[in-house]
Amino acid sequence: MAAEIRTSDGELLSVKLKKVERRRRTTAFLLAAPLLFFIVFAYVIPIFQMLGRSIDNAEMNSFLTETHEVMQTWDGSEMPGEDVTSTFYYELKTAVENKYHGKIATRLNYEKGGFTSLIKKTSRKLKNFDENANFLDQFIDVHKKWGDIEYWQALKRGTDAYHFRKYLTTFDYEQKFDGSIERIPEKLRINVTLWLRTIFVAVGVTFCCFILAYPISHLLSVLPTRYSNLLMICVLLPFWTSLLVRTSSWMVLLQKQGVLNDTLVSLGFVADDSRLELMYNMTGTFIAMTQILLPFMVLPLYSVMKTISPSLMRAATSMGATPFHAFRKIYFPLTYAGISAGSILVFVLAIGYYITPALVGGAKGILISNRIAYHMQQSLDWSLATAMATVLLIAVLVVYWLYNKIVGIDNMRLG
Amino acid sequence: MNSKKSDFVKFEQVDKSYDGKELVVKGLDLDIAEGEFLTLLGPSGSGKTTTLMMLAGFETPTNGEIYFDGRPINNIPPHKRGIGMVFQNYALFPHLSVYENLAFPLKVRKVDKSEIEERINKTLKMVSLTGFENRMPAQLSGGQQQRVAVARALVFDPKLVLMDEPLGALDKNLRESMQYELKHIHESLGVTVVYVTHDQGEALTMSNRIAVFNDGKVQQLSGPNELYETPVNSFVASFIGENNTFTGTVKEIASGSAKIETDSGETIVANPIAVSSSGEKSRISLRPERVSIDPNEQLENKFTSEIREIIYHGDHTRVRVNLLGNDDFILKVPNASSDLKLNVGDKLDLGWSSHDCRALDY
Repeated sequence: MAAEIRTSDGELLSVKLKKVERRRRTTAFLLAAPLLFFIVFAYVIPIFQMLGRSIDNAEMNSFLTETHEVMQTWDGSEMPGEDVTSTFYYELKTAVENKYHGKIATRLNYEKGGFTSLIKKTSRKLKNFDENANFLDQFIDVHKKWGDIEYWQALKRGTDAYHFRKYLTTFDYEQKFDGSIERIPEKLRINVTLWLRTIFVAVGVTFCCFILAYPISHLLSVLPTRYSNLLMICVLLPFWTSLLVRTSSWMVLLQKQGVLNDTLVSLGFVADDSRLELMYNMTGTFIAMTQILLPFMVLPLYSVMKTISPSLMRAATSMGATPFHAFRKIYFPLTYAGISAGSILVFVLAIGYYITPALVGGAKGILISNRIAYHMQQSLDWSLATAMATVLLIAVLVVYWLYNKIVGIDNMRLG
Repeated sequence: MNSKKSDFVKFEQVDKSYDGKELVVKGLDLDIAEGEFLTLLGPSGSGKTTTLMMLAGFETPTNGEIYFDGRPINNIPPHKRGIGMVFQNYALFPHLSVYENLAFPLKVRKVDKSEIEERINKTLKMVSLTGFENRMPAQLSGGQQQRVAVARALVFDPKLVLMDEPLGALDKNLRESMQYELKHIHESLGVTVVYVTHDQGEALTMSNRIAVFNDGKVQQLSGPNELYETPVNSFVASFIGENNTFTGTVKEIASGSAKIETDSGETIVANPIAVSSSGEKSRISLRPERVSIDPNEQLENKFTSEIREIIYHGDHTRVRVNLLGNDDFILKVPNASSDLKLNVGDKLDLGWSSHDCRALDY
């Protein structure tokens, strides 16, 4: 039986408690509010808006709304009728008058190559059209590509308000105009290779960081403070240097005429005419990324190892375990939290790494992020870029989800 | 029983230095008998823990040799010594259950499964923790963790168990009951125990013998009562139990008795322990409970004091008096004799036998 408990001034205890707690919660919220607003407006909203572009084609749809609507009744099996071609003619005419036909050309060109020149030429000749004659014939007269049904099919598809075709492209698949999904020709397949390479590099860099960071973190955790502080500064030094500067210095070190090759040649390990290719390939990407991401592995490991009492290892050896056995059964399991936190941190950073592969990676060392940048800056296919970015984001979230399932996010220690 | 070795563990001229400038342990010679409960007692920094760590194998002697069961062990790594150890903060493996913690030393020794279970059950019963097998260390109270640590050090039947201030983190009541428990475990198993503590009460309660450490040296090695009753130097006298001291110069010395003039000019008849000739400076040590109030019997030393402070302690009352210029002279008055009317400022006649008052080094 839940009797009503009241405070000394006669209020219900539960009500009073809420009242008192409310002030505390408000204070807490106000403290977090500036950052929360900043994150929402500068981070969450822009990101989702950008990611929306991967399926959003509303602008294109608005340029050619009526054409799109009329085309819904056209099944695409034979050349479109006059209803379609006339509507397209009038809308294109409006586009030329308002000077957005260039955008239409670019967007349609993503659907099918050749559209740029096709639209441009047609736009120039539009004023010569006789509005009482057959439009299709006049289109074909301007450019014979209009006689190819695929261009009309592409026009229909290209004016959909939204579509998921960019996600197919992300994995080197395409949707044929008949609706079937096929892999693109082998020589054009690049994205899957890049995805696999990105995952390989991310896993590899994580592993290299782990191998390098584990002993140094252990040393840091057992050394007396005055030495460990010095060592910690050495580990953290990269944080205080610009990423660009560090990557550039790797270029100085790794290039064919660079410091490393010079040293190896002068020591006689490598012949002068067969200097090592350390840059513009995966090796360079690996070396530079490992160095740059190392602190993200050291810090969580160090913070976990710092809490492991040295007496545990002593206890294990006093009970008869060899130092190796004690390490394997006692010390190593106790560092799992640090290993997993460091690994997930390095992996997530590595999977989206951009500057370093761009500078030292060359053609053989670039990663998916470089491809995203290429589509953002050069091909200007933002839909494809954001589709790739969305896949990347989902991949990272899946990794987090798995981590939470297996280790538990509460066990994460970042130092 | 007569087969028990008196030098089961032997330290021979052991020195230890960490920094190459200062010796933490100086020329240590120490024999530990089989089945004995030996306590290394001393203030922090006295070298007692270092001594224990050298025996466990976690520190290497800078000089000298340690023998365990007749074998020199300086070059034997800790995991081959077969010595059980209980650590200050228990050092339970936090990711393993109580059962797995106890199974660890047995699995290392490749004991087969059924025997592991049997031994763990037996050991847990001994420390009254049956039913706690599946708990994790973090789910146990301090006292329970302590028992697990003890059980883990005993489960593989080592001949020697080392304990490094194992009760230091427990509260007073629990510490006292654990002292008795450890003592009983020791008695029932007959295992040799080397125990390190800075708590003299703990040492006196549990040990067969106590080695008092100071400044890297063993000051005195003897049984608890001897240590308390007949300290051989002023460090031991002041470190163990309560102690009233006077400083003075030896005036006359004969066998079993010396006349010492205190700094205040009075003469005390004392038992010469660490003085041998007249003119020597000496510190006289006298236990509070050896002082009689209003003495009737014939005593060599009789003086009048003035009460400075009265402190009630439950079972007894402590009276601080001024005696022969010593303002910190403490008396213990049992509360059964509370018919004694004590007031600050009163005069009080005191007396003690020359035998109980020991003239030690200055």
